[in-house]
Amino acid sequence: MASIVGGITTSHIPAIGNAISNNLEHEPYWKPFFDGYPPVHEWLDEVRPDVAVVIYNDHGLNFFLDKIPTFAIGAAAQYENADEGWGLKSLPPFAGDPDLSWEIIESLVADEFDMTICQDMKVDHGFAVPMSLLWGQRGDIPVRAIPVEINTVQYPLPSPARCYKLGQAIGKAIRNSSSDARVVIVGTGGLSHQLDGERAGFINKEFDLMCMDKIVNDPEALTEYSILDIVRNAGAQGAELVLWLTMRGALSEKVRKVHSNYHIPISNTASGLLVLENAA
Amino acid sequence: MAPQAKFMTAGLGTGIALGLCLLLAKKRSNNVPLRLRSQAPDVLHGAQLMAAKTNDTTAIPGTTIFDGRMAQKGYALNKMCYSFNEAACREAFLEDEQAYCDKFGLTAEQKAAIKSRNVLELIAAGGNIYYLAKFAGIFGLDVQDVGAQQTGMSVDDFKAMLVAAGED
Repeated sequence: MASIVGGITTSHIPAIGNAISNNLEHEPYWKPFFDGYPPVHEWLDEVRPDVAVVIYNDHGLNFFLDKIPTFAIGAAAQYENADEGWGLKSLPPFAGDPDLSWEIIESLVADEFDMTICQDMKVDHGFAVPMSLLWGQRGDIPVRAIPVEINTVQYPLPSPARCYKLGQAIGKAIRNSSSDARVVIVGTGGLSHQLDGERAGFINKEFDLMCMDKIVNDPEALTEYSILDIVRNAGAQGAELVLWLTMRGALSEKVRKVHSNYHIPISNTASGLLVLENAA
Repeated sequence: MAPQAKFMTAGLGTGIALGLCLLLAKKRSNNVPLRLRSQAPDVLHGAQLMAAKTNDTTAIPGTTIFDGRMAQKGYALNKMCYSFNEAACREAFLEDEQAYCDKFGLTAEQKAAIKSRNVLELIAAGGNIYYLAKFAGIFGLDVQDVGAQQTGMSVDDFKAMLVAAGED
């Protein structure tokens, strides 16, 4: 039986990848953001996960509009990062855990989550930047990764309630697996931001802070929102909140907040960071 | 004119566009009505939920919901922009822009929007921001440059607006 050591929410903005590549962590613009991470690193060193299940959205690297899965999961031994077209340096491949991937897939499909199963899957900044922030920045990445990809490109997007339930099914699959891995669940992206349209640059601190509180203590309240409610309140790309809700669903009903940080702005975005542990 | 400079000024090409942009910038500086009040989940209003269920692309100001209608409309444009993940395709576009657009079967509206480097026009022509970002990347532009163009602000003013969002 694998165990879930906890969950993390973290931004995945491409500019962070550039800042890491160019060693800008201590620059005044970046410091308030990167200062949030040492306590996360300490926690990771303490709980020592073997596997990271990373919930992210593909932004047009692996999936195009010809075939857009609502939910996809990796089943590969290795995941390649690649050129996304706008200059972010590609990272070395990430190791996978195909055995645990397949056990999760079996369980999810049995639970009526009909996943798109990917043995060959390029992972973009949505996956790679969090891996750098949590581990890569400090040297070799000591965890095997299982990417779970959720469509936030092509409407209709899966609802917050559906994503929360997917997270619950992922949690169950991990807990019932034959693996003895220690697993951390990473919900990436968010919080409020909008890249497109006349409303580009929209940020809503009040809504974000409410979400950061609710996701800890009352996540089901957030599942009452529709996608468009979230877009209205958190911007077009604020819909990435569903990735956080998926992570939260995999944890136990009650959780303990180990660490949090919130900073505006990184690029066009409000950045939220949380470390959560299952409470007994 | 350098490609980047052309891209940046494209959104301000006509007097009408400039007027609209200034109007939007003015609204932005007053912080209303573009910045909407947040609602706690337990105080969601019925009307909001109704609006959500319609999936009405005009329901949220300044926002285009990329639904099936837009995905069909923008397919060729987005397919071309998706190709820009590959360095060789970015080079091919720069070498012969017209031929590259023809190869992907862009509509006249899409070709005009590509030529003008105008992001709002590209979105209206069915472009999705994630693929359009790869087009902007050809010219070395990031999402703040793109945000500034769409809101009719200078890049410095756009960045200042983002910083200000964290200060209240």
